[in-house]
Amino acid sequence: MIKVTIDGRDIEVKEETTILNAARELGIKIPTLCYSEFLEPYAVCRICLCEVVRGKRSRLVTACNYPLRDASVSILTNSARVRNLRKLNLELLLAQAPAAKIVQDLAAEYGVTKTRFPIKNPDEKCILCGLCVQVCENLVGAGAIGFSSRGSKREVSTPWGVEPETCILCGACAHFCPTGHIVMTEEADERILHSELTLGPNAAISIPFRQAIPNVPRIDVEHCIHFKTGGCELCSKVCPKDCIDYQMKDEIEDIDVGAIVVATGFQDFDPTPLKQYGYGKYANVLSSIEFEQMNNAASPTGGAIVLENGEEPRSVAILHCIGSRDENNHKYCSRVCCMYALKFAHLIKEKTTAEVYQLYIDMRAFGKGYEEFYHRLLEEGVNVIRGKGAEIAPIGGKFGEEGLLVRCEDTLISKFREIPVDMVVLCTALEARDDSADLARKLNISKGADGWFIEAHPKLAPVSTTTDGVFLAGVCQGPKDIPDAVAQGTAAAGQAMKLMTVGELFLDAAYAAITDEICSGCRICNGLCPYNAISFLEDKKVSEVNAAMCKACGTCAAACPSGAITARHFTDDQIYAQIEAIFA
Amino acid sequence: MDFEPKILGLLCNWCSYTGADLAGTARMKYPPNVYTVRVMCSGRVDPGFILDAMRAGADGVLVCGCHPGDCHYVEGNYKCLRRIPLTKKLLEGFGIDPRRLRLEWVSASEGGRFKEVVTEFTEQIRALGPLKLNDWAFAEQPLEVHEAA
Repeated sequence: MIKVTIDGRDIEVKEETTILNAARELGIKIPTLCYSEFLEPYAVCRICLCEVVRGKRSRLVTACNYPLRDASVSILTNSARVRNLRKLNLELLLAQAPAAKIVQDLAAEYGVTKTRFPIKNPDEKCILCGLCVQVCENLVGAGAIGFSSRGSKREVSTPWGVEPETCILCGACAHFCPTGHIVMTEEADERILHSELTLGPNAAISIPFRQAIPNVPRIDVEHCIHFKTGGCELCSKVCPKDCIDYQMKDEIEDIDVGAIVVATGFQDFDPTPLKQYGYGKYANVLSSIEFEQMNNAASPTGGAIVLENGEEPRSVAILHCIGSRDENNHKYCSRVCCMYALKFAHLIKEKTTAEVYQLYIDMRAFGKGYEEFYHRLLEEGVNVIRGKGAEIAPIGGKFGEEGLLVRCEDTLISKFREIPVDMVVLCTALEARDDSADLARKLNISKGADGWFIEAHPKLAPVSTTTDGVFLAGVCQGPKDIPDAVAQGTAAAGQAMKLMTVGELFLDAAYAAITDEICSGCRICNGLCPYNAISFLEDKKVSEVNAAMCKACGTCAAACPSGAITARHFTDDQIYAQIEAIFA
Repeated sequence: MDFEPKILGLLCNWCSYTGADLAGTARMKYPPNVYTVRVMCSGRVDPGFILDAMRAGADGVLVCGCHPGDCHYVEGNYKCLRRIPLTKKLLEGFGIDPRRLRLEWVSASEGGRFKEVVTEFTEQIRALGPLKLNDWAFAEQPLEVHEAA
């Protein structure tokens, strides 16, 4: 450690610390243009000039790359001599890049308003600091841009001025450019747009959403510069805890389990094919999940309910049963929509002054306290209309910029109505996931006509399936609201726990057994068993069934040529007796 | 009197029997001609059951199992799928119309399909008329006949 004096203030720093870093530690501001903490100092803009005083002698150095080595120096960052030279430098920079805002501002700060040097191009912004070139070469590793020509013709460009093949469109050069000379245009469709109002993450490393569990950032490998060129690694350079590991990979792990709880949930019905509602056509027609996202305090609007143009809606229509209770789509009731639609109405009333219209077929407030909530909403002045929304039409403008018209039949007064609104929320159906058939096949469980998984018995075994050890929880078994899903999930977990705590497995009494005396040892049954429960005993020359592995399908019994196999509880004698009883 | 067919239905426990149960709980209407016997899997269906039913007086036999790939026992229904055509050949050899035996896939959720299958098969058997077996084919004392010859 050495002790130096900067502008009359003492500081102890490590040897080889640059003047710039030492000054920053003291909170002394030294202007820079071409400096980046992530790159080797290039010391080309000469704005960070400082005076190093050793005894009676003083010399001018660039703060960004001058290392402090002995204690006997004092540094002046803002002396008259330094200021004079900075002014001259600024005049030179103004001549090179008269259009660069950052240079103009800095010049104004130093009282420089015009330059004595000839201006080559009044629109020039590039100060030839070389940050972009360094970033592209050393950080990104693409090497797509560089300096060309010499002297007064020096400029930053791509090789031969054509679009370079090595450019990966990462935009790092534009990000580092201090003057805004390099701009990324949005023409290249490969770019992720960094908009203020996106619903998702907008950088290659980010926390997926605010309440994500685990609440840690993850790298979007597809867009991360490091995974394209092997360079960058900026995030690991700034991470104080050294948490970033680029070697991490997606892994597929095999886990041995004794029970499986299927809780795969649902997917949202896509209302786009229902052209009459204009979803995807009119900007202010939202699906319920989109409205819910906007309502979230962590949403880009901060939970404010706004239209596409950022204004507060004057009136909102909430249309129930979009895709459910519908002969053309799903015949079942999605169960949760009535209540969340009422919640939406409550939130709209709370956050805005808008009129709310509920268009329902039947108001199904079935749960504890639900009916009371419905009545509370009526008292809050929500307009409820018994009749399904038939059509959404634009009012004025090509795409209904001035509003939307909801057409419906109010069945309680037997009249057609047209309601002008600013925003429409479609309460879309819950539907079984597209991939539920794959899962059903993998786990050997059944799927109903609606696509939901079927429980072993609707009343006696509501969380079990026909496969031992596989249980159902939540909407994957059928539409249900959160309390019901939690109840079922708890029950399923309990069933799974039961298997674990007992320690012993109770088997069904139905299984196949082979009578040694009759078995001829033909081994036909051995290959038929899907569970490999039948083995051949070489010493006795007969086959034997492992009762613990047998699932009692009886395929072996049907195939045994000598009738040596008894499918217990479904024996040949029992079935023949049934047939005899039916037809006798 | 009109001919009322008597049909034996051999239904697998996991798909078709549950499907038939669903048709019942859904109060679907279908002909009462099918008498069902539950087996654990369509793979349990021994061709002997079919022959015995026809001997005992059944006019037709309907075997129902899970759809291919959906078998609760992985592949029992495929084994049934192989046995049924062989049994049909056997029936032909006995002089029985193989159309009196049918294999259908009905899943646990297909109550409606069970209804359709039963209705259609019953109509088919009705059209075929009662099954008349020659006295020698399934007589009560076939062994004596054999010995005498």
